Amino acid sequence: MTESILALEGLTRRFGALSAVNGVSLSVAARERRAIIGPNGAGKTTLFNLITGQLVPSAGAIVFGGAPMAGLAPHAIARRGLSRSFQRNNLFPRLTVVENLRLAAAGDGRGSWNLLGSVARLRAPLERARETAAAVGLAERLDAAAGQLSYGEQRQLEVGVALATRPRLLLLDEPTAGMSPEETLRMTRMLERLPREVTLLIIEHDMDVVASLADRVTVLHYGEVLTEGSFAEVKADPRVYEVYLGSA
Amino acid sequence: MTGPVLARAAALIVLTAAVALFPLAAGTYPVKLLQEILIWGIFAMSLDLLMGFAGMVSFGHSAFFGIGAYTAALLLPKFPGLLAALVAPAVAAGLGALVIGFFSIRVSGVYFIMLTLAFSQMFYAVAFQNAFLGAEDGLVGIPRPAVLGMSIGSTGAFHAYLLVIAIVCALFLWRVVRSPFGHVLRGIHENEARMQAVGYPVNRYKLAAFVIAGMLAGVAGSLYTQFVGSISPSAFLWTTSGEALLMVIIGGTGTLFGGILGAGAFILLQSLVSSYTERWMLILGLTFVLLVLFAPGGIVGALRGRVGLRA
Repeated sequence: MTESILALEGLTRRFGALSAVNGVSLSVAARERRAIIGPNGAGKTTLFNLITGQLVPSAGAIVFGGAPMAGLAPHAIARRGLSRSFQRNNLFPRLTVVENLRLAAAGDGRGSWNLLGSVARLRAPLERARETAAAVGLAERLDAAAGQLSYGEQRQLEVGVALATRPRLLLLDEPTAGMSPEETLRMTRMLERLPREVTLLIIEHDMDVVASLADRVTVLHYGEVLTEGSFAEVKADPRVYEVYLGSA
Repeated sequence: MTGPVLARAAALIVLTAAVALFPLAAGTYPVKLLQEILIWGIFAMSLDLLMGFAGMVSFGHSAFFGIGAYTAALLLPKFPGLLAALVAPAVAAGLGALVIGFFSIRVSGVYFIMLTLAFSQMFYAVAFQNAFLGAEDGLVGIPRPAVLGMSIGSTGAFHAYLLVIAIVCALFLWRVVRSPFGHVLRGIHENEARMQAVGYPVNRYKLAAFVIAGMLAGVAGSLYTQFVGSISPSAFLWTTSGEALLMVIIGGTGTLFGGILGAGAFILLQSLVSSYTERWMLILGLTFVLLVLFAPGGIVGALRGRVGLRA
């Protein structure tokens, strides 16, 4: 296996007596596209919250690009090249599409302490914003307020805001949640077109999306890694079948 | 430039010229009202930077108004220059904002309101009890500074001085809210958690906004001292913050220049109604209720022909 960009070692998060994430160890290779699946309550989103600093781990280590990350603030983690989208749209609703993306693109802080200059002169973030809008299929909607977009477009922007920060590792929390079949297909195509330089870690319930996107799949169950492998391997695993049927 | 932009610029120039020439046409009392409006306008605009742009509703903005006012009141008798009149009050208020902000920005919503309120009331208590600060009587007989060797004792000269400072403050804030920094503040207002998730150390930007707003509030406080010639502990009182809050809302939250219009409406109404009845607070309250119900975007929102905040 090639060098790993993200390594989790014994990652644990307890809420009182409940261990939402319990001793999760996994390693994601650079350029890999990894899906995380598991029934509701398996701890997938909690795992993301731990990796991106929204939650502090109770135990365990997070190593990103060779450097330990556990306990860092979300903004510090984002600035190291790890960004995420959210399961529920988490946008800047009264700002336009291009402003949403530009703010994210300028999240590395360069120029954002400029008190008297003009936003229009921050060329690099603006260009990045336009480029990202095109990548997520919103090039025609640059000046629409995020809150006015259709739900599907908001999901696209949700991924766009995460992508605009130029992450090395992009965490996507159910990007197709609530989407129609056509929208889901469009989102899948869009994600497939992302450059391989962006390593993907994606939580997804739609098995068609997982099948067409993921190089490898990790199955979480009750906060623990049940199994890991290619989609075909995981699909053939009777335990996975059981877990899904048992919860359905 | 588009038509509306030109029209707005023209309106601003005409309005500024009218304010500048007002003393030539009007008696002392109306001119003094206008001067009071300019001072409170600066104060309200500084609060709008927090409320309307960064989304931080502070109920303790009087602390910085008071710090600026007392700094000027202490320094001006000994050093009647611009350093004591503007620079020192701004710096002192900025330092105060740095300390209060450091603690307050860690919380948000109602807790932020209560914490800022508590801090400002602490300053009130200090001013009220300290003989050095004139205790409950405050400080009186504060001279106006000399500007470029010229006295601004006369109403006309003071008017020009005020107008220049108000314009500089307004232009400064106008640049700030359109700057990259200002856009970061708007992002924080919209969605603080997402700003963090894309890499912004949100608290640093909030603290910076708090300090900038505090500095300008300090300038307003100092100007008020120079205007009246005295200052009392009530400058620190929560009512000072509350009035500025009303002015911002009346003018239009998040519109910046609405702060001046709100100050105008508030002070004119106050002086007008209070000359007829002692129940002016009641009238003011009713007006405010009607305004919030029917023009939630304030004066500027109504002028723009639509309600609600600017996108």
